[in-house]
Order: sequence, then C-alpha cells, then structure tokens
Amino acid sequence: MCTVCGCGVGEVTIGRSAATPRRSDAPTRGWKPVAAHAHAPDHAPPAEAPEAAETMDFGSGPARAHAPGLSQHEMLRIERDILGKNDGFAAANRRWLAERGIFALNLVSSPGSGKTTLLCKTIEALRGRVPVAVIEGDQQTECDAERIRATGAPALQINTGKGCHLDAAMVAQALGRLDLSGGSVLMVENVGNLVCPAAFDLGEAHKVVILSVTEGEDKPLKYPDMFAAADVMLLNKVDLLPHLAFDADKAVAFARRINPRLTVFRVSATTGEGFDDWLGWIDAARAPMAREA
Amino acid sequence: MHEMSLAEGIRTIVEEAAQAEGFGKVNAVVLEVGELAAVELESLRFCFEVVMQGTLAEGAALTVERVAGVGWCMSCGESVPIKALYDPCPKCGSYQVQPTDGTQMRVKALDVDGAVERAE
Repeated sequence: MCTVCGCGVGEVTIGRSAATPRRSDAPTRGWKPVAAHAHAPDHAPPAEAPEAAETMDFGSGPARAHAPGLSQHEMLRIERDILGKNDGFAAANRRWLAERGIFALNLVSSPGSGKTTLLCKTIEALRGRVPVAVIEGDQQTECDAERIRATGAPALQINTGKGCHLDAAMVAQALGRLDLSGGSVLMVENVGNLVCPAAFDLGEAHKVVILSVTEGEDKPLKYPDMFAAADVMLLNKVDLLPHLAFDADKAVAFARRINPRLTVFRVSATTGEGFDDWLGWIDAARAPMAREA
Repeated sequence: MHEMSLAEGIRTIVEEAAQAEGFGKVNAVVLEVGELAAVELESLRFCFEVVMQGTLAEGAALTVERVAGVGWCMSCGESVPIKALYDPCPKCGSYQVQPTDGTQMRVKALDVDGAVERAE
C-alpha cells in the first residue's frame, strides 16, 4: 500500500493527492504539494521472462543525467519513504504470492551460519509433504543454487554483483522465472549479511534469522535491526554446544531483548535436532495461506 | 553498504518529482530519519554525494531532521522514549518494548529552482 496516502497496493506515489498547499514565511519560498500522483508502472511479478536463465546479475546500473535550469526557488513537499519503491514491489510480491497460496520465507544471517545446509535439510524433510522452491542470493557464483538443485528442488540464483542485499524488485523478476506451484513453500536465502537485508522487505510472510552457536551470543545486540525485523530465530549448530562456551539461553535472551515477540527454535542442520518444531511451525504458519488460495 | 541503495532511492524520488513538477535544479534535500532507523547517516551523506553526481541534485545540500525513538512498553502499557532497539523501558527496566516511532526514513521536502505551477 502507498505509505503516504494509502492509495492501493504496489503503487508508488509522489505527494498527497488531497494535500493543501503550505506556504512558508520566506517570500521566495513556498510549500506546495506535488501535483501529479505519479505511480510506478503497474507492477506484475510473474511477467514473462525473455530467457529462462537461472542467474540474474544486478551488478550494473545506468546513471542518468539531467539538464539544470533556473527560475523560481521553492520548497516542494514530498513526504515519500526512501524505501517506498522497494516496499511497493514487496507489496506486489506479497499479493502475487498470496493469490497462489505460496508461503515465502526470507532467510537472513551472517555468512557461515549454515543457512544453505539448513535449507537443504529442510527441503529434504519437507519432501513429499509440500513442494519447495528456492531463490538464492549471493554476490557471486552459482554454488548455493547448485547445492539446492542437488536436493531436487528448483532453485534460481540471483547474483547481486556489488550489492549487499536482495531487494523486492529482484525477487519480483525471480518470481516470474521460477515455475512455482500453488500452495508451495518458497525459501529466499538472502545475501549473507546481518545488516543490510534487514531494511528490505521482499514480500515474504516472515523473515527468519539464523544465528549459529559458533558466533557470539551477543550478536543480537550488536546487529539489532535484523533481530528486530525477524519473526523467527533459528539457533543453529546446537550439536556443537558441548564443545563451546556459547551460552544459548543468553543468546536467546539477548534476541528477545531486541524483539520480545521472536519465536525461537534451537536446531542442528547436521543432526536434525529441533527440526520437528521448526517444520511444525512452517506447517502451522503456511496453513492459512494455503487455505485462502 | 545498503546506504548506497538508500541514496539511489532518494535519487529516484527526486527524479520522479522532477518529472512531475518540471523543476530544473535541487538545492537541498530534506530527509526525516528516525533515531531507530537502520541507516548510518555519515555513510548515507557520502553515498548521497556520489549518487547525485550528474543529476539535477548534484551538489545539493542534505538536511536531516531526526525523529525521536518511541517504544510501546508491554509491562507499563504505555509509550516510552527509547534511544536504541535494545534499550530497556526507562520506567520499569523491562525489555518488553516494541518500537512504534523513530524507524522511518523519508524524503520530506526538496528545495528546488524552476518548478512549474500546474494547471489543475
């Protein structure tokens, strides 16, 4: 929905449509509402892909130039969220997914937390129960998508180039290229980065943050934005706890200090410990979506 | 460095506003950024300068208005001021605090030259 005027889903707007011009005291300056309600072109994620390539590269982008001119000097009231464009794409993705009853999770963590291994294990565990597809985000390489495909699940790799996170527009393009079945589960493995992906809604049902016990238990405090943005935390590699000084209770307490509503599961992608609870949560959380579709 | 993406977001907003309003030059961009927002302002200032090069906002000043962080304390059942996401409630010391304001990142206004009044 437009964050300024609430004028619909998946549309970006400039300014308030019913705003009253506000003038400042300065004689040569004035506030005025932006006249046009310039929406982004109607955005449809499942657009036909020109090619069925399995890698998308967002490493390059054009720089545009404008010719400056001079006349009156004034203050334009804009009131637009900096992330409004991303949020518009995310809302359209969310609607597109909901129409098909597809339950999407955005998996976020620092590099090396075991996201891909956990994902492979989850796909294996869900086999026969529900189809799973994966969107893999990394700066470079197809390595992770290949690991996912080895499990038999379809995977599309997005390479962000120099980018540090996936954004909703990238995912929108990926949705059009993946052959997703209705009522399925879509796992989006974000770029390994505990900072930037926190700010970018992709249209997922939930962000799932993965923290492994080989990291510091104070990580939720050091990187609070991500733990605040997530609904679920998977504390991974718990099979290693006997060999480490990591205090799991403390890590969970720190995470809940940031986000009191956080659901936490202690899991091991290696031994399968805790997976019953994790899979049970997926089943329960996706059930309403699958029913409504 | 998601500040680069944020700066590009600002550029898009400026360009779309320029298209709608027909102004020729941006002298200043006014942002509204909450104290709890996921952005490092110094980094954003650097990225803003880089990203605006070659656009009609090249060399534009960046003004940032901060918005104080506010959270809802579940224990007290009221809104309390917080400076960080990990801050306890200043009244009861509980960490059961959900941010309710101060997470926004918005382009509030543009100081421009040459805007054309539109006939409605």
